[in-house]
Amino acid sequence: MDTVNDFIKRLEEQFEDLPKGKLQPDSLFREVFDWNSINALIIIALIQTEYEVVIDAEDIRKSKSINDLYQIIVSRKS
Amino acid sequence: MAIFSLNNVTLRGISAAVPTNCFDMQNYGWVSKKEREQLIKTTGVRYKRIAPNGMATSDLCFDAAQKLLSELNWQANEIEVLIFISQSRDYLIPATSCILQDRLGMPKTTMALDISLGCSAYIYGLSVISSLIGAGKLKKALLMMGDTSTFGSYRDKTTFPLFGDAATVTALEYDENAKPMHFNLQTDGSGYDAIIVHAGGARKFPNKKSLEQKQIAKGVWRNELQPHLDGLKVFNFSLREVIPNMKTLLSNTQYEINSIDYFILHQANLLINETLRKMLKQESDKWPYSIKKYGNTSSASIPITIVSELKERALQPMRLMLTGFGVGLSWGSAIVDTQNLILPDIIEKQ
Repeated sequence: MDTVNDFIKRLEEQFEDLPKGKLQPDSLFREVFDWNSINALIIIALIQTEYEVVIDAEDIRKSKSINDLYQIIVSRKS
Repeated sequence: MAIFSLNNVTLRGISAAVPTNCFDMQNYGWVSKKEREQLIKTTGVRYKRIAPNGMATSDLCFDAAQKLLSELNWQANEIEVLIFISQSRDYLIPATSCILQDRLGMPKTTMALDISLGCSAYIYGLSVISSLIGAGKLKKALLMMGDTSTFGSYRDKTTFPLFGDAATVTALEYDENAKPMHFNLQTDGSGYDAIIVHAGGARKFPNKKSLEQKQIAKGVWRNELQPHLDGLKVFNFSLREVIPNMKTLLSNTQYEINSIDYFILHQANLLINETLRKMLKQESDKWPYSIKKYGNTSSASIPITIVSELKERALQPMRLMLTGFGVGLSWGSAIVDTQNLILPDIIEKQ
C-alpha cells in the first residue's frame, strides 16, 4: 500500500503545473489546486484507477486535506 | 433482471449526419485560457457541431436515412418499423417518428413510435426494435436517434464544452442465420435530476420567467429550459454502475472478454471513459473515441463512433460490446456480432 507521500507523487504527476514539493499531507487541497469541479473529477478518477477505491462527491465535500483523502483510501483498502 | 438474448436480427448498416457548423473549443471565450485547456483535456472534446436555429434532429435523421436506404439498396416502402429516440424531438406533440414516416415516403403500413432516452438510447433502442423484428418476423426496420443538445447555455461551462449535435440511422433486418444479440438493461430513477431540463414539460410549464438566465455557480448561467448537468453525480454513477453491468453481461453470455473486438461506449467524456477502460483493463486500440471530433452527441454517440471509427473494419466479422449510460439514470450493454456492415461517410448538413 502506498504511503501518503506516494499518493502525493501520483497527484503531482496528474497535476503537471503544480510545483514539486508544494503538496504536503496537511495541504488544504481546495487552496492548493485553484479548486474547481474538474479537479474533483480528476482526483476521483485517479483514486479509482490507481487504488481501485471509489470515492464520491460526499467524500470530497467532507475532506479538507490531502491526508483526509489518503485516509479514505486506506480505510476502504483494508 | 433485464438480461436477455434476441435472435433472428442482423445489423445491416449505420449512417450518421452532423451540421456543417463546427465549433472549435479553443475558441470558447467564456472561460480563461487555463480552464479552457483543462476542459479540452478532461472532456476530450476539441470540436463539436452546432445545429443552426431551425435544424432539428429529425432533419439530420432524414438525410442519414436517405443515404443509408440508398447504399443498402432498400426502398422506403419496405420499412415496417421506424423507431425514433431523442431528447430533442420536433414537437412535444406529435411523435417525431410519425413525421419522419411521412417525410421519408414510408407506407401507412409502417409502425412508428418515439422513445425518450439519451445516453443509453442505442442499447434500449436496439433491444426494442430487435424484439419487434424477431417476434413479429418483420423484415426491415430503421432505428433513428440523435440529439441537438446545443440549445444549452453558452455561459454554462458544465454543459457547453461537452455536447455536440448529431443524428444516426441504423438499419436492421430479419435474418434466421443471425447470431444472437445479448442485452443487460438497468435503470435508477432516483438520479433523475442529475441531467435534467427543469421546465417545458407537463411538470413545469414554461412561463415568462423561463427564459431568464440565472447564475447557478461561478461560470454557470442558464435558464430553466436549458440542460442542467451534475457532473460529480454522473461521474460517480458511471464509475459505480457501468463496469458491473458489462461484466454481468459478459459472464451471462459466457463470452471471453478477449473475444470482444471493440468496446463502443457512450462518449460521456474522456476522463470517465478512460477511467472505465482502465477499470476493465482494456487496451486503447479496442476502445475507440469519436468525442474529440464530435463531442458528446448524446443518443448518437455510440452509432456515430462506429461510423466514424470502424469503417475500415466493418465488412469483416466483428463482435462489439456497446454500452450506454447517463440521463435517466439509465444504462445498459449489448453484445452484437456484425459482418458486412454498411457504414456510409458521415453527411455534413448545411
